[in-house]
Amino acid sequence: MSDTTNEKPLRIVLAKLGLDGHDRGLKVVARMLRDGGLEVIYLGLRQTTDQVIAAVEQEDADAIGISMLNGGHLALSQKMINAINEAEAGVPLIVGGIVPEADVEKLNEMGVAAILGPGSSSEDCVASVRAAVAALA
Amino acid sequence: MADAPGDNTQAREEWQEAFDASKMRDVDFQTMSGVPVDPVYGDAPYPGQYPYTRGVYPSMYRSRLWTMRMFAGFGTAEDTNGRFKELLRSGGTGLSTAFDMPTLMGRDSDHDWALGEVGKAGVAIDTLADMEDLFADIDLSGVSTSMTINGPSPILMAMYVAVAENSGVERSKLGGTIQADILKEYQAQKEYIFPPRPSMRLITDMMKFTSAEMPRWHPISISGYHIREAGSTAAQELAFTLGNGFAYIEAAIEAGLDVDDFAPRLSFFFNSHLDFFEEIGKFRAARRIWARWLKERYGAKTEKALLMRFHTQTAGVSLTAQQPEINIARVAIQALAGVLGGTQSLHTDSFDEALALPTEKAARIALRTQQIIAHETGAANVADPLGGSDYVEWMTDEMERQAEAIFAHIDNLGDGSMLEGAYAGIDNGYYVGEIADAAYRFEREINAGRRIVVGVNDFTEGDDSDNDTLYIGAEVEEYQLKRLGDVKQKRDAEAVQSALNNLVAVASTPDQNTMPAFIDAVKAYATEGEIVDALEGVYGTYVEKAII
Repeated sequence: MSDTTNEKPLRIVLAKLGLDGHDRGLKVVARMLRDGGLEVIYLGLRQTTDQVIAAVEQEDADAIGISMLNGGHLALSQKMINAINEAEAGVPLIVGGIVPEADVEKLNEMGVAAILGPGSSSEDCVASVRAAVAALA
Repeated sequence: MADAPGDNTQAREEWQEAFDASKMRDVDFQTMSGVPVDPVYGDAPYPGQYPYTRGVYPSMYRSRLWTMRMFAGFGTAEDTNGRFKELLRSGGTGLSTAFDMPTLMGRDSDHDWALGEVGKAGVAIDTLADMEDLFADIDLSGVSTSMTINGPSPILMAMYVAVAENSGVERSKLGGTIQADILKEYQAQKEYIFPPRPSMRLITDMMKFTSAEMPRWHPISISGYHIREAGSTAAQELAFTLGNGFAYIEAAIEAGLDVDDFAPRLSFFFNSHLDFFEEIGKFRAARRIWARWLKERYGAKTEKALLMRFHTQTAGVSLTAQQPEINIARVAIQALAGVLGGTQSLHTDSFDEALALPTEKAARIALRTQQIIAHETGAANVADPLGGSDYVEWMTDEMERQAEAIFAHIDNLGDGSMLEGAYAGIDNGYYVGEIADAAYRFEREINAGRRIVVGVNDFTEGDDSDNDTLYIGAEVEEYQLKRLGDVKQKRDAEAVQSALNNLVAVASTPDQNTMPAFIDAVKAYATEGEIVDALEGVYGTYVEKAII
């Protein structure tokens, strides 16, 4: 992927928090974002929020993406947001996976920058990350 | 004496004899218009004849319909116990248990990782007390219980034995299945705890224990379902699953078990996805490959050891969150493929599963879908009704050809051992890499519009999304934490410690069977998490390399 400007490409840390081992979606998103010109730091399964924050700091990342399929999205998103605020990391959180309609507003209120549900296209994913980062800049 | 090529006379006679000896359901086997139909058409080998491409039994569904085994589990053990009893009252004899994520991963409900997951995707089990609640007032000698658990399967197996024995039922009377297919956890489902080799030792101990003491128990259900859901192709699902099956056979032979005793206890679990003919070819090829390998490579001599019996579940991953009602049609087509492929039992997914756990209404529609196939369509009248179709026979051969190429690769990785090949493929990222590649290829086809998913990238009008979904609140977690606290307070702490110490000692000694020590530990009310922690001290914890 050639970057014609001198801007550094956006970097995103992707991780699965907690016990949920459903990683198909997040791996597909990782490849989509990479093919869309982003730098992806994929941490894999069973990460803690501290591990995610440490990776953001080490890699000077611009955003965090997490994905949940098992119904843990409210509890785990809140935990991640708290960790971002505590560390003053200043990066947006993007949530993917299965989020019931009723919880979308709760996640937005919590401060989640974007929610990517099943069927999101490659373009949706890349655009959501770019918009979320731009909104914080 | 065999028939000459092109002549089916003797095979037909043998089939007829076996068919006549089978009991029949009391049903008129005729079409809706009153035309009587034969139990099978076409050429030999017939159903029930080697290599069983056309089915494992001569009469197939004319004798007995497939088992409509619906998977359930939610909230607390008491909640699920209520659902079980309702099922038994309405004539069911099989219980199928789904556990929540912390239980599946061997962690207690009060572990940091359990936050937000307790009782969500299944029932929460921390100690024997929860298992006692789960099966309260159910006569365990009269039901068959399926438990879907892998990493901590010896612990749950031990709890099941302990509940039965505490209620006066001998372990030899217990019937059922525990999934305990640990290899596919490293390859696809990712619910592992310890590294592969010590996990395999625990599974082998369980196989030996159940072989010796529990004649009605099936110690492994070798599962391709999760491999497919993680993104594999049909042929990869077939090959990785059967490859794992061969690995368990080799492990059992190494442990001193006789393949003819052991193989009949194995069962399989496949996905039924949307490409109708590919799926049917996959099921037919699976039976043929298993029979041939068991006979030729592993030297099985009895017919029972050659028969692949399998459970099928429709493809959860094919369900769309958009216009969820249309998933009912997807499930019906997938279920029909399972039946035409000759499955022994079937779970149909509920249409709302891309949104949340199923509501009772959605689960009922899913069961009704099976009943329509069984009783209204005539699909159960004739065994292997698509056998002899040029396309279906070609597809069956093609699935087999692709699977054999994959077996050759795994066998090569293991220097002539399918078991060592499975370990090597886990270690070098072969399985996860192949599955991720296939998943990404599929997603790109959808993205590029080369593959249409109705309601998602075409025909998108009409998504009103106002469905009721099942919601599990935080009160389950609160209840479970209190329950765990109470049990810990009441038990004899010294007895727990001594049972755990004994388990660690046995687990550190290669030649001793760990199952009795697991049973002692759960009877002392050691928690699942405590047992896992103790064993992690001996075996370590598996961490997957993060590969995209």
